Formats: sequence, C-alpha cells, structure tokens
Amino acid sequence: MKFTLLPLAGAAVLAIGLMAAPALAQDDGIIVYNAQHENLTKAWAEGFTKETGIKVTVRNGGDSDFSNQIVAEGSSSPADVFLTENSPAMVLVESAGLFAPVDADTLAQVPQDFQPASGKWVGVAARSTVFAYNKTKLGADKLPKSLLDLADPSWKGRWAASPSGADFQAIVSALLQLKGEAATADWLKAMKENFTAYKGNGTVMKAVNAGEIEGGVIYHYYYFGDQAKTGENSKNVGLHYFKNQDPGAFVSVSGGGVLASSKHPKEAQAFLKWVTGKGGQEVLRTGTSFEYAVGKGAASNPKLVPLADLQAPKVDATTLNSKKVTDLMTAAGLL
Amino acid sequence: MPSAVDLARSILPAGAGRRSRQRAAPWIVLAALLVSLVALVPLAFIIWIAVQTGWETVSALVFRPRVGELLVNTVLLVLIAVPITIVLSVALAWLTERSDLPGARVWAWLCVAPLAIPAFVHSYAWITMVPGLHGLGAGVLVSVIAYFPFLYLPVSAALRRLDPALEDAAAALGLGPGRVFARVVLPQLRLAICGGSLLVGLHLLAEYGLYVFIRFDTFTTAIVDQFQSTFNGPAANMLAGVLVSCCLVLLGLEVLLRGEERYARVGSGAARHQQRSRLGHATLPCLLLLAATALLSLGVPFVTIGRWLAAGGSGVWRLDEIGLALGQTLFLAAAGALLATVAAMPMAWISIRAPGPLQRLLEGCNYIVGSLPGVVIALALVTITVRVALPLYQTLFTILVAYALMFLPRALVSLRASIAQAPVELERAASSLGRPPLKALWSTTIRLSAPGAAAGMALVALGIMNELTATQMLAPNGTRTLAMAFWSYSGEIDYASAAPYALIMVAMSMPLTWLLYVQSKRMAGR
Repeated sequence: MKFTLLPLAGAAVLAIGLMAAPALAQDDGIIVYNAQHENLTKAWAEGFTKETGIKVTVRNGGDSDFSNQIVAEGSSSPADVFLTENSPAMVLVESAGLFAPVDADTLAQVPQDFQPASGKWVGVAARSTVFAYNKTKLGADKLPKSLLDLADPSWKGRWAASPSGADFQAIVSALLQLKGEAATADWLKAMKENFTAYKGNGTVMKAVNAGEIEGGVIYHYYYFGDQAKTGENSKNVGLHYFKNQDPGAFVSVSGGGVLASSKHPKEAQAFLKWVTGKGGQEVLRTGTSFEYAVGKGAASNPKLVPLADLQAPKVDATTLNSKKVTDLMTAAGLL
Repeated sequence: MPSAVDLARSILPAGAGRRSRQRAAPWIVLAALLVSLVALVPLAFIIWIAVQTGWETVSALVFRPRVGELLVNTVLLVLIAVPITIVLSVALAWLTERSDLPGARVWAWLCVAPLAIPAFVHSYAWITMVPGLHGLGAGVLVSVIAYFPFLYLPVSAALRRLDPALEDAAAALGLGPGRVFARVVLPQLRLAICGGSLLVGLHLLAEYGLYVFIRFDTFTTAIVDQFQSTFNGPAANMLAGVLVSCCLVLLGLEVLLRGEERYARVGSGAARHQQRSRLGHATLPCLLLLAATALLSLGVPFVTIGRWLAAGGSGVWRLDEIGLALGQTLFLAAAGALLATVAAMPMAWISIRAPGPLQRLLEGCNYIVGSLPGVVIALALVTITVRVALPLYQTLFTILVAYALMFLPRALVSLRASIAQAPVELERAASSLGRPPLKALWSTTIRLSAPGAAAGMALVALGIMNELTATQMLAPNGTRTLAMAFWSYSGEIDYASAAPYALIMVAMSMPLTWLLYVQSKRMAGR
C-alpha cells in the first residue's frame, strides 16, 4: 500500500480535476460581477442564456467590494457586466471611467428617473427603505416619523441595522446628499450610540421578528421574500414606510453597466438589454426577489406598495458618494 | 484554519534525526529557501503597505476607538475561552485515558469527532437553537465547543504515554491522588497543553464565520467588513497588521511558556501499563460531563441539520448545484493538499537529514505564516496579483498557493515524522548503486514516507474543504465550494437550503477526522 499511495493520490487529483475543470474554466461566454441577490441574477442569466445561447458565468459578491475591485483591476478586469443592488457602487466605477456607454435602445427601455444623464449605466431594479418593526413590541403610533428620529436618545438600544452592507451604506449616502456632511456625521455618531449591529438585512429582520429588538432599517423586499417562503422570520414584522420625502423614504436604484474593458462587448450589451427589457423585468414581477421593476411599462409584483406611492425624496443617483460614506462610517466607529 | 497538527509537534520523538546528520544537497536547500520566501510574501506585504501608507494614516487607522473595541473583544475571547478549553480538555482526556469510565473508547472518539464539524456550522446550529445568542458569552461558548478537540487530542496522547512509575513514586512518598495529579501528571502535560492552546488561540483569532452568526466582532470579522466596503483599502490592511501582531504575541507566549525542560523517560526496559483510576461514586457525574459535552458539540449540530433538512424537504437537495460544488471542493482540496505536501517535502527532508540554524530559521518562517489567518493571506495575495502579477489574478494557481501557505505546517509535521522513520542508509545505498540524487530520493525516502504524506494531505484537504474567507476572496470566477454555498444560503437566512451543504461537509470530514484519531492512538503506541 505504501508504494501506491502517492501515485494514487495524483491520479485522484487528475480525475477530479478533469471533472471539475470545465466548471472552473472562464473563457467562454460573459462574466458578470454580481452584487445582486444570487437567485435573481441566476434567473436572469438562465433566461438570457435560454433565449440567446450566450453562456453567463456569475461571480457573486457585494456592491462595495466589487466596485472597488473593478477599480483596482482597472482596464484588465475580467468582468464584462457589473450588476449592483445600489447606485453608489455604479457611481464609483463610472467616475473611474471604466464603463462603456450603454446601448441607446437599452437606455430607451428605462425611464430617465432610473438612469444617470451620462448613459454609462442603467437602472435594472429598485428597492425602498423601510423601518421593519415588531408588531407586538411597538405600537403603530410609536413609530419614528423620520429616519433622523432614530438618532434621538429615546431610541437607544431599540433599533438595528447592518452597517457593513452596501444597502445601509446607500441609505447613508442618500442622507449625505440630502442633509450634508455635518448632519450625517452627527447622525452616524448618534447611531453608534443607539443601534445594534447585525450582519445582513435578513438577519436584522429575523431579530426584529424574534423580538430581540423593536425595529430595524432595511429594504422592503426581505419581508415579502420571507412571506412568500415560510413567513417564519417575518410573521411578527410590520413595515413602516417613512414617505413624505424623508431620507428614510429613499428608493435605491440597482444598476447594471458594461465594462469598457469587456472582451465580449456585444454579448454584454445584449445581456443588459435583456435584463432591462420585457424578459428581465418580468422576472422581477413573477419571481421571488420582490424588488421593483423599473422598465418602461413593466409592472412590479402586485403585493408591493406601488413605487409611485412611496413619496421618495429626490436623490441624484449619479452623485452618491460611497467613498465619503465609508470614511464617515469608519470615523464614527461603525466599520 | 491554520495548522491542525501543530499539536503533533509535541508528540514527535525529540531529536529523532540527530544521528544521521549530513550535508544537504544544495538543490534541496534551494527549494526549501524558495518555499520559505514565497511563504514570507504576505508578511512582507503587510509591512510594505504600512510603510507605503505613511505613519500618519497608519496611526489614524490603528489608534481609533473601533480598533480598541476589537482588541478588547479579541483579547477577552482568547483569555476566557482558552483556559476553559484547557480545563475541559484535560478533564475529558483524563477521564477517557486514565479512569475506568464505562465506554471510554467510545467517549474518546466522541471527544475528537467535533473536529469534523466546521466552526461556522457549530455556530449555525447554536443560532438556530438559541436565536438571540450573541456577544462575548456566546463567542466563548461556541468557541470552546468547536475547538476543544484541538487540545483534547494532544493532551490525551500525552497522558497515554506517561510512565506510571513516576506517579507511583510520588504516591509512595506520601502524596494523595489529587496532589500526584497536580505535581506529577500536570507538569508532564505542559508541552501538549501549550501546543494545543496555541492552536486554539490561533483559530480564535482567524475564525470568521463562527463569530458572524453570533454577532461578535473580532479583528477578522472587521477586516472582512472593511474588505467588503472598500475591497483592499488601507484600513483593512492596517487591521490585518494588528491581527498579525496578535498572532505573533501568541506564538511568542507559547515559546516562553513551553520552556526547555526534558520530558522523556530514561531507563532500561519499557514503561509499565498504566492503571486506570477507579471512579467509584464519581462515575455518574463524570459520565454526565462527557454526555453533556457530546450533546453540545455533536448533538446540537446534528439535531439542527436534521431539523432543517426535515423542514426543507426534498426541495433543498438541488442535486446539480450540490454536485458541482462538491466536485469543485474536492478538486481544490486535492490539488491544494498535493501542492502543500510537495512544497513541504524539501523542508521536511532537511529538518530530519540535515538540521541546522538555517533550517530552524526557515521552519520558523513557515510556522509563522501558517499561523496567519486566511483573511490576511488572501488580502495580500489579492492586492499583489491585482497590482503586479495580473495574469495570476483570480486563477486556480493563486488560490492553491494561498492554501499551501495556510496549511503548509500541517503537511510539514506529518511528513517530518515519517521521513524520520525512513532509514537514511537506503538513500545512500540507492546513490551508491548509481541512481541520480532525485531518483535515489524518490525510490527510497519519498516512497517510505508516503503514509505520512497521505496523512498530511488528508489534514490539508480537511482544512481546505472548510475554508471560507480566503476561498471567497481568491476563487476563480464561477467557483462555488460547499462552504461558499453554505455561507451564501445562510446569509440569506435560508437555513434549510444551507443544511445539505453542512451535512456534506461534515460527512466528508468525518473519515479524515477518524484518520487523525487513529493516528494519534498509533503515535502513542496503541
């Protein structure tokens, strides 16, 4: 046995390698750096591949790490398409000059409100900020009127968020744009005193549901997604929309863009066109993502509060500053 | 996860290779030197980044309240969890090795088996059982449960090899059983306890997934947070610098506490068989301790996985997805293990055949790098490949190198032990019969060390299969290992879909853990 072990191990490695090698190969089709929820992009990729025959390889990660990663990779990025959950990451890549202009007919599929004037990227979906609260612990009359109220000492130890996530950082970037740097820095400082940190919005909602904490600042679709599954993590949860153009009523635009360095620009543009077109937007209406559809004439899932009723503040997506936000949050001790 | 078999360091026969000192072939030294230089790259990188960033930025990023918080958290975790783990492991080891506890052999295996369960799966199980669990207390609880086998293994092996004559002498001189244990047995366990504690401590510093579930922030979780917010920003690298310093402090502390005493038995003849102490009335409480430990460390994870599998039904067994992840994980584990073993070969050979100051230095470097958390090595490799070695960026090669660096000590320890048992005379005979050096080595020592190499490879593979942070940062596009899939599902609170992955990881680790258990028995001569 002694004499056969090493060659045997070698042979095993080779055999498994041959099995797994196709999965690790990366030279055919397009590569999507995906910061969106895995299931959503998987559904998009499968639909697109089915219709066009173009293979899609997805690398999963988050908004912030991918945007910074693309900047670090520069012109030699292996990515063809970048999909995010929020706009600040798109802005970061755009300002580094790494996006190719999006095809005109793709831009034409999406209203002006959901794309930057530069035409370097395009909205693919949208999500609304909400205050998810535990219905048994917090009466509807005790809810905060504004996101800013959560800085009040009376909220100490009563609310949660996921500060390391790009979702929450996008909300802060909206606050930064609406209220300015000094007010944002103060709010973050008060937040550090008041809030409890969780990792991931889903975890925040789970804690709210379990009554560990009274409420949390998250996006709307976590609730609907859980309700559609078992409801186990949301049965005690109510959603409070701040509305009234409050910073907490911020609607975040998820973006998609084609990298200027893409080696398959035609296929990449086709993918983006498909995602913003009928097929891709239909996935948002019928699928389990519960994000808002943004395409012209595309309807969102009927269970959602209509986008038009959210009274979101007017935020210019192209000037959302993610670098400033992480700096402010690092200074406040949140990161 | 750094070196699991560091613990074997204390088990090795001291100075086994001294007799056969010879001059090492220059090409072997060169190979060993090369491996060590590559191993030092991440460490050099951290220093280089710190120098490049400039003192002002460094001090602004290091001396801030958040770092203080993390330092307090991390230090408290180590200071509380390690002593508890020591007490628990010594108690368990004594009960299973030296008492007449019913079913001692089964209990001994049950004390090792939790090793097969990845730390983050332990945490996943606990957060399911006790949803609100969080903070330092939770961190200590789950850490102790997840890592005590690292201490149990060396301590029980050491206990098994003790010469009962010393204890008899102490008893004959009038010491009661308690004082015999404190003054004779415990001191002889010092090496095992020091080595095992170091290993546990390093794991506490490096672990990510375990602490995310229970919302306890350590340096490693904060580095990943920064990485996720800024990719390779200076803040992440500075935190990594502080974390590396913590690892070095632990390593230094271990060297200091280990001391220089000699623990070997001298004298003619073999040691007598040990007598097992009678527990008498204490049997029941002792059984309860073991049962409770097994329940917490094995019962909780298995019940939870079972619960989620039942809740998920057949829908969670997405076979194509699981099959792909399984294939990729096996491939990465096998290839990484092979690379680590090949890379460890020259060093292991030198340390047995031609020990000397250079060899000790090189070996020290490898141990230090092996003790670095995966997140630090990954951060360094990401930045280096993206900045200066772009063709290697996101390639299979880079991730395998990362694995090899992280798990080199595991391969090294196993290889060294088996090379020590291969007679050097065979090598010489092969040379004198006209084989060129490499061939002579291949047909003698390397073949004879195959069992050790296989054990080392198994350990490295075990580490790679459960590795999460470095894999996520370095994997080639389209890679999805079992650990990555588990993590992504549990991140979306889809615990049911994560359960099959947890089960497969445990099932694949079980045989390797069994191997480790059998090997530790064999090393003690049973």
